[in-house]
Amino acid sequence: MSNTKYTEDDLREDLSSQKEYEFGFTTDIEYEDFPIGLSEDIVRKISKRKNEPEWMTEWRLEAYREWLKMEEPTWANIHYEKPDFQNISYYAAPVQKKVLNSLDEVDPELLKTFQKLGISVAEQKRLSNVAMDIVVDSISVKTTFQETLSDLGIIFMSISEAIQKHPDLVRKYIGKVVPKTDNFYAALNSAVFSDGSFCYIPKGVRCPMELSTYFRINKEGSGQFERTLLIADEGSYVSYLEGCTAPARDENQLHAAVVELIAMEGAEIKYSTVQNWYPGDSEGVGGVFNFVTKRAVAERNAKVSWTQVETGSAVTWKYPSCILKGDNSIGEFYSVAVTNGYQQADTGTKMIHIGKNTKSTIISKGISAGKSHNNYRGLVKVNSSAQGARNFSQCDSLLMGNECGAHTFPYIDIKNKSAQVEHEATTSKIGEDQLFYCNQRGIDMEKAIALIVNGFSREVLDQLPMEFAVEARKLLEVSLEGSVG
Amino acid sequence: MLTIKNLHAQIEDGTEILHGVDLNIKAGEVHAIMGPNGSGKSTLSAVIAGKEDYEVTQGEMEFEGEDIMELSPDKRAHKGIFLSFQYPVEIPGVSVTNFIKTAINETRKANGQSDMGASEMLKLIRGNAEKLGIRKDFLSRSLNEGFSGGEKKRNEVFQMMMLDPKLAILDETDSGLDIDALRVVADGVNAFKNEGNAVLLITHYQRLLDYIVPDFVHVLHEGKIIKSGDKNLAKELEERGYDWVIEEAAAKV
Repeated sequence: MSNTKYTEDDLREDLSSQKEYEFGFTTDIEYEDFPIGLSEDIVRKISKRKNEPEWMTEWRLEAYREWLKMEEPTWANIHYEKPDFQNISYYAAPVQKKVLNSLDEVDPELLKTFQKLGISVAEQKRLSNVAMDIVVDSISVKTTFQETLSDLGIIFMSISEAIQKHPDLVRKYIGKVVPKTDNFYAALNSAVFSDGSFCYIPKGVRCPMELSTYFRINKEGSGQFERTLLIADEGSYVSYLEGCTAPARDENQLHAAVVELIAMEGAEIKYSTVQNWYPGDSEGVGGVFNFVTKRAVAERNAKVSWTQVETGSAVTWKYPSCILKGDNSIGEFYSVAVTNGYQQADTGTKMIHIGKNTKSTIISKGISAGKSHNNYRGLVKVNSSAQGARNFSQCDSLLMGNECGAHTFPYIDIKNKSAQVEHEATTSKIGEDQLFYCNQRGIDMEKAIALIVNGFSREVLDQLPMEFAVEARKLLEVSLEGSVG
Repeated sequence: MLTIKNLHAQIEDGTEILHGVDLNIKAGEVHAIMGPNGSGKSTLSAVIAGKEDYEVTQGEMEFEGEDIMELSPDKRAHKGIFLSFQYPVEIPGVSVTNFIKTAINETRKANGQSDMGASEMLKLIRGNAEKLGIRKDFLSRSLNEGFSGGEKKRNEVFQMMMLDPKLAILDETDSGLDIDALRVVADGVNAFKNEGNAVLLITHYQRLLDYIVPDFVHVLHEGKIIKSGDKNLAKELEERGYDWVIEEAAAKV
C-alpha cells in the first residue's frame, strides 16, 4: 500500500488530535514511554494505560513473576527460531489505520485473494479499511445487533471494556480454566494481554445469532496477546466465531492467545475458528507463530464443541481442550489443519474425563503439502472417577507430494476400567488415479484437488456455521494452490 | 469423429505398449475392441483419454478434425470424450451428486455456458438414475466408496448419461456384472447412442456384444489391431478363441 499521500507528519497530527477511544478507558501515556522489551514496569504501564483496577494489575504482575521462573517448552515436533522476548513491543501503539477512498487503492494481490475467497465487496472494503458508503452503514448494523443482545441480557464486548464494566464477572472467572501458571505462553499472555472478547450468556438464554469478532471492532488492532473469556450460564447456548478467512498480514510475529470457555450446567458452547495468519514467504522466511492455549470446562450435562480450520501461520501450536468435569458432559473437537510450503503445525486436543458418563469425540484431519510438517497430538485422559467414559477419535492425514510429513502422537491415559476408547487413523496420498479420474470428467487439476481435499475434510467443515463453511471451503482451495507437483 | 493413425505409445520405463494402432470411428457407430490380456486394450483407452503415464512416440490422433495430442485430459473431456473406467477410484467425502454436478458445470464453463440450473440438474439426475435402477440414497454416498464392482460400473454409465459425451469409451464395463446388471447397463448405453455420438467398447467377452450390438469389431494383439470385422467376428472369436486370428496375422507378415 502506498503511503505517498499520508506522511509521518500527518500520522503524528492524527494521533495527537485523537481524544476519545471507543470506550474511553485509556489514559494519556505517551508512546515514547513504551520501549520494547518486558519488565514489571511495562506490565504496570499496560495495566495503567487500560485504566485497570488494582486486582487486575496484581494479577498480571503475579503472572509475569511466574513467567520469569518458567522455561520455554521444546517438546513439540516443530522447529523455529525462538522469539527474543526482550525484542518485542508489548504494547502496540494504536496506529490509526489509514482510511482509503476506494478499493483501487488496495494492494491488487490482496484484492485477488479476497475475490478468490468469495468475500463480498462490502466486506472487502471493511477489511481494507475503505470508507464505507452511506448505503452500507456498518454502524447501524452493529447497533441493531447490540440492541438485540442487550435485550436478552447477553454481554458481549472487548475484555478491556468488560474489566471496566463487569469487573466482578471477569474477576470471578478469569484464569479459572487456564491458570496463569499453566504454561509458558499462558503466563506471558496473562501478564501482557492487550485485548480479546468477553462474553456472558445468562441462564436459559439461547443466543439468537452467531457472535463473531466482526462486531467487536478492535481499534487497537494488535491481536498479539488476545485473551478471550466466554461464560455460558446454566442452560444457555452460544455459537461463537473467531477469525476470518481473509489473509491477515501482521508485523507481529508472535501470537500467544488464551481462550477460556465455561459451560455451566446444561449449557452448550460452540466455538469455531478459522485461522489464516501470514504463513511466511515462499522460502519459509517470516510468518506468524500462533501459540495458543484454549481450554473449556463443561459442568453437568453441558457440551462444548471446538471446530477449527487452520491454514495460516508459519507455526501453529495449539490444543483446544475440554475438561469434562460434570456428569454426562460432552466434549468435541473437529479440526482441519493445512500446512503448505514450509509451514509447521503441532495441534490436537486434550479431552479430560472426570465426571461420570462423559463423552468425547475427536475428528482431526491433517493435510500436508509442499515441504511442510503436520502433527496431530492428542490426549484422552480418563480419571479414576470417570465411570462410563466414552471416546471416539479419528485422525486422518492426507499427503500431497513427496516432501511433506504427517505425524500422529496419540496419548491415551485410562484409569477407569469401564472406559470405552476407540481410535482410528488413516494416512493417504492424493492419488494420481483420483486426479486423473476427475480430469477425465472435465475437472481441471486445481479444482480436482479442491474437490478431493474438501471431501476429505467434509466431516469437519460440516460442523461450521453455514456462511463460515462456504468461506472455509474456498480457503482450503486457495491455501493449497500451487501444491500440485 | 475419432481418427487414430499409427499410434505408438510407451510407459515410463520405455516399454512400448502400442505398436502402431489405426482406428477410425465415425458418428453413429459402435466399435468393439477385443483381445487377450495384456494386448494393450486399457492402454489404448487411457491414451485416448490423455493419461500422462503414457508417452506417445509416433502417430496422430484427431477428434472431430482437431489434433488432440497436446490437450490435457480435462480439455479432452470438454471436447466430448468420456472414459468409463475399468477400476473406478474412490473419492471419500465427495458425494455422487456433488461430483457429477461439478463435472457438468466445469465442462459447461469451459464451453462458455453458465452453470446448469438446480431444478434442471435434479430432473436430469432423477431421470437417469431411474433408467439405471439407481436408488436415491445411493446418490448421496461418497463416490465409489464401498461400492460393489457392479455398482461402480453402473455409476460410470450414470455419469456417461449425465455428461452426454460425443465419444463414450467403455473399458471392460461388463466385467463384474451379473446378467441383470448387464442388461440394465446395456439398456442405458443403447438409449444413449444416437446418430450424433459414438461408442467404443473394450471387452474380453462376447456376452456384452449380444446386448450392445457393434458395427465394427477389432482384435487387438500386442499393441496392434490385427483384424477387423463386423459383429460376426465377435461370435467367431467366442467359438474359436484368439489363436486363429493371431496365426492368420502372423502368416500375413
